[in-house]
Amino acid sequence: MSAHALAPTRSEKVLRGFTLLYVAGLVLVPLLAVLHFSLLDGAAALFERISTPVALASVWLTTWTAIIVAVLNVLLGTATAWVLVRYKVPGRALISAVIDLPLAIPTLVAGVMLAILYGPTSSLGQSLEGFGIHIVFAPLGIIFALLFVTLPFVVRAVEPVLEEVDPAEEEAARLLGAGPFTTFKTVFLPAILPAALSGGIRSLGRALGEFGSLVVISGNIPFETLTAPTYIFGEIESGAPETAAAVSGVLLMLALALHAFAQFLERRTGARHATS
Amino acid sequence: MTVHGKPSRLGRMALIGIVLTYLGLILILPLLGLVRHTYEVGFGESFLALLDEAALDALLKTLYLIVIAVVVNAVVGTVGAISIVRHRFWGRSLLSAFFDLPLAVSPVMIGLGFVLLIGRGGLLEPLLQVLDLKVMFSFWGLTIGTLFVTLPFTMREVAYVLEEIGSQEEEAATTLGASPFQTFWRVTLPNIRFALGYGLLMTVARTVGEFGAVLVLGGSISGQTQTATTFIHDAIEERKLPAAYGMSLTLAALSICLLLGLEWAKKQRKLKLSGRHTP
Repeated sequence: MSAHALAPTRSEKVLRGFTLLYVAGLVLVPLLAVLHFSLLDGAAALFERISTPVALASVWLTTWTAIIVAVLNVLLGTATAWVLVRYKVPGRALISAVIDLPLAIPTLVAGVMLAILYGPTSSLGQSLEGFGIHIVFAPLGIIFALLFVTLPFVVRAVEPVLEEVDPAEEEAARLLGAGPFTTFKTVFLPAILPAALSGGIRSLGRALGEFGSLVVISGNIPFETLTAPTYIFGEIESGAPETAAAVSGVLLMLALALHAFAQFLERRTGARHATS
Repeated sequence: MTVHGKPSRLGRMALIGIVLTYLGLILILPLLGLVRHTYEVGFGESFLALLDEAALDALLKTLYLIVIAVVVNAVVGTVGAISIVRHRFWGRSLLSAFFDLPLAVSPVMIGLGFVLLIGRGGLLEPLLQVLDLKVMFSFWGLTIGTLFVTLPFTMREVAYVLEEIGSQEEEAATTLGASPFQTFWRVTLPNIRFALGYGLLMTVARTVGEFGAVLVLGGSISGQTQTATTFIHDAIEERKLPAAYGMSLTLAALSICLLLGLEWAKKQRKLKLSGRHTP
């Protein structure tokens, strides 16, 4: 290993220094600003600001919808990866491309699309309303929108792992008399579980901060469909940055913890976060 | 792999059914719904609404942001990736973590961080006043928000490929007497070009799609800081539905084009990497 052959020259070091400054200024400084302002008036003030009924209701709504979405994503995302890797479904390439669509489409447009399809003006929305199923301006709409924006995370994490599973192991399990269920449990599950989990945590983190797709479909009704990011936005708009900073500070810490855990799992499985 | 036994056949059909229903309800039907609904409102009317001055201005702002984000991220992402993968220095893993961070945090909350710094009563407000620079609710605000959310893409893609291909070729070039600049242009850049392309296409997609950060920092002032996405939001609020649907459909069509480009770049990158592993 002749690392010294590529030892950075002086100009490379200068470029690197500028990059470091740029990245720190763009990422670290605003992050620290939020954390600083959330703790500026002490822990008691922080607690008071996040424990107003409307703030608590919005954080709770965001938390439980995000957890449901993460769980659904793990199950349905793994199923999707399974179908894509193992079955020769007609139009497989098209399905695979469609899965990346949420990475390319503006989340606000995703919200508009869902609001149209499940809204009162469409026939599907009307018939669902007839059954008493409310999607637009209801928590179910929030779940649908979050499922849309997080759709690739689990699929793209599990897919490469599934491709790597040795067919001989599966064959061996079957020859030893294992049924499809036992084969899945003993051969596949240990391999895909960390990947599915990391994708699920990515979905959770993303769902906790999602804004664009929810603004349109949720209707932002306090105590009903007002999510934490929308609440934070409202507080910024109405000139209460200290409340916004308090709620943001708590959610940012949570997001960073989830990010670190997901990265740990990704390093173990060699999977990559689907946002790239 | 062939499927053994009969029971799994039923399970297989059920699983395919579940997956297609899921993708249909969440992704495909909403997309088709937007097309159909815009058709019902009237394609002509919807697209005529985009010729309105405010709509064109919003599209132009988004276009400017794309150009800025692509240029800045091409440089920063490449330099960052080379530094992180090829160099060893203090703070290397920290730099890598910072590059990843915008994927993990909400743009609205980071937008708030900038508001606290440069907004009214912010820490840096006196400095901006001395410089006579207006950042909040100006194009600068949009630029900062956009650069924040697009930071990770080029760096991650380029770093991934640099790691995969290793440094032998670059070392060979250096040993043969190539300057760092020559090595970069003749060896490194040709190797990373598809990864860079992929990262930049993601950057474009993210720039077009960003809403929260540009709304917080720009304020969506029509004709000044309104981008394509904030235009849709305002059009819905003002019940100008043809304009909202027309712009939504335009952005959806653009994302599908970007998606095709992304799939192409992904395939090229894969070919290039797999071509290397077979001696």
